[in-house]
Amino acid sequence: MALATRTDRHPSLVRVFWASTVGKKAVMAVSGLIMLGYLVAHVMGNLKIFFGPEEFNAYGHWLRTMGGPVLHEKWALWLVRVALLAAVLAHGVSAYQLSRRDLRARPVRYVHRRRRTSYATRTMRWGGVILALFIVWHLLDLTTLTVNPRGQEGHPYENVVATFSTWYGDVIYLVAMLAVGLHVRHGFWSAAQTLGAGNAARDRTLKVLANGLALVLTAGFVSVPVAVMTGVVS
Amino acid sequence: MRLTLRVWRQPGADAPGAMATYEVEDISPDMSFLEMLDTLNEALILGGEEPVAFDHDCREGICGACGLVINGEAHGPERTTSCQLHMRSFRDGDTIDVEPWRASAFPVVRDLVVDRSAFDRIIQAGGYVSAPTGSAPEAHATPVPKADADSAFEHAECIGCGACVAACPNGAAMLFTSAKINHLRVLPQGVPERETRVLDMVAAMDAEGFGGCTLAGECATACPKGIPLPSIAAMNKEWLRAARKARR
Ligand code: HEM
Ligand code: FES
Repeated sequence: MALATRTDRHPSLVRVFWASTVGKKAVMAVSGLIMLGYLVAHVMGNLKIFFGPEEFNAYGHWLRTMGGPVLHEKWALWLVRVALLAAVLAHGVSAYQLSRRDLRARPVRYVHRRRRTSYATRTMRWGGVILALFIVWHLLDLTTLTVNPRGQEGHPYENVVATFSTWYGDVIYLVAMLAVGLHVRHGFWSAAQTLGAGNAARDRTLKVLANGLALVLTAGFVSVPVAVMTGVVS
Repeated sequence: MRLTLRVWRQPGADAPGAMATYEVEDISPDMSFLEMLDTLNEALILGGEEPVAFDHDCREGICGACGLVINGEAHGPERTTSCQLHMRSFRDGDTIDVEPWRASAFPVVRDLVVDRSAFDRIIQAGGYVSAPTGSAPEAHATPVPKADADSAFEHAECIGCGACVAACPNGAAMLFTSAKINHLRVLPQGVPERETRVLDMVAAMDAEGFGGCTLAGECATACPKGIPLPSIAAMNKEWLRAARKARR
């Protein structure tokens, strides 16, 4: 038998990826990893709050001037924002579409129920929704200052302290950071599989790395509201 | 042994179904699970009732026809096929739930029988090598490194029973498809169709309405042949490579 000679296979790469469950999952993995990279930088920035208002506010100011003198003020910041927005959208849309498909593929439940898979694995969808809501609230709170109890432009230290001096600020933030930890715990390892980097020999290393990342991120982020609650930062 | 069975009964594809309860007696611990169902069916036939329809063929664990979800687990509590599961895995007086594979790509035909021809169509899309058939080729003409032969063999063990789909919370066929792709990928005979195989088989898998992988790992736990979970990562890698190459 002769091999099929194909001339029909020249759709764009984006199309090829988006049309396939495997490709769409790769989009989810890459956008997730971009956000994860951002979170690692973000947690380190947050920890500067322990070195006092001057250092923290200076860091907040630098975010606006980074990239200079080549880039005009806030240009670099906006580039980062656009990239992150693209990542959040790509991640959210692919997560939604793939989840819908998954639910349709398994419409009937077993009568005999069993506990399935780990907690982190089972909470990816709802955890993701919590994160999406948190991202919106977080931007309104500390970026646009719309819902911030103090809301003083150019004084991020004082605004952060004000947020964590309210009970709801603490609760929302703590829940979201636990969700981040769980999401990253399954997500990082999962992304490695999706992108074909996982194999039997590497599995332990990847799982340790995922757990380590999740723990460091959650502990780092949570340390700030805890410090405000206990009066270490005020 | 004396057992209570709760079995999914559904007279036809479009008819509604429900769990029905039966008592079975005189079950020997040495019987296979299917022999136990045979015993139930004999009693049902003698009592003038419809026997429970279930799929089976070899009863040796090699054909993949028998697929039952037993107490919520594909092929039951042991890592083997339903036909090779023995009643000694249960205790006298147990209640056992028996259900068909559940996935929209595997519609129920009757009782415990599902239509798994979606798997055949995935194979038709690329699960083959295009080689001239006829007399057996000279065995040394195409050397295969031992490690590759072992890897091909590990994946060739897949019997296409569908337990991976039944166990997956998303009804995904990733483990099955990856086993077939990885089996042929490592062999020299599989090289010419390497890219089209993975692209076409994954596309066929999607077209059948199977879900996607969320790395829950239930498939590899359920697989009676021990196809490993990293097999899926290897298929993803293969797909990403082919998708990029196909553009050139
Ligand atoms: C917009 C809010 C978010 C939603 C709705 C969401 C939802 C999801 C869903 C449904 C999955 C697939 C889960 C699975 O495979 O079982 C996933 C995977 C993932 N998420 Fe998110 N997530 C969100 C935010 C984030 C954030 C902020 C990060 C950054 C740390 C992230 C990183 C990841 C990674 C790395 C994966 C793995 C992708 C893969 O399985 O290959 N996600 N997300
Ligand atoms: S009947 Fe053939 S594998 Fe069970």
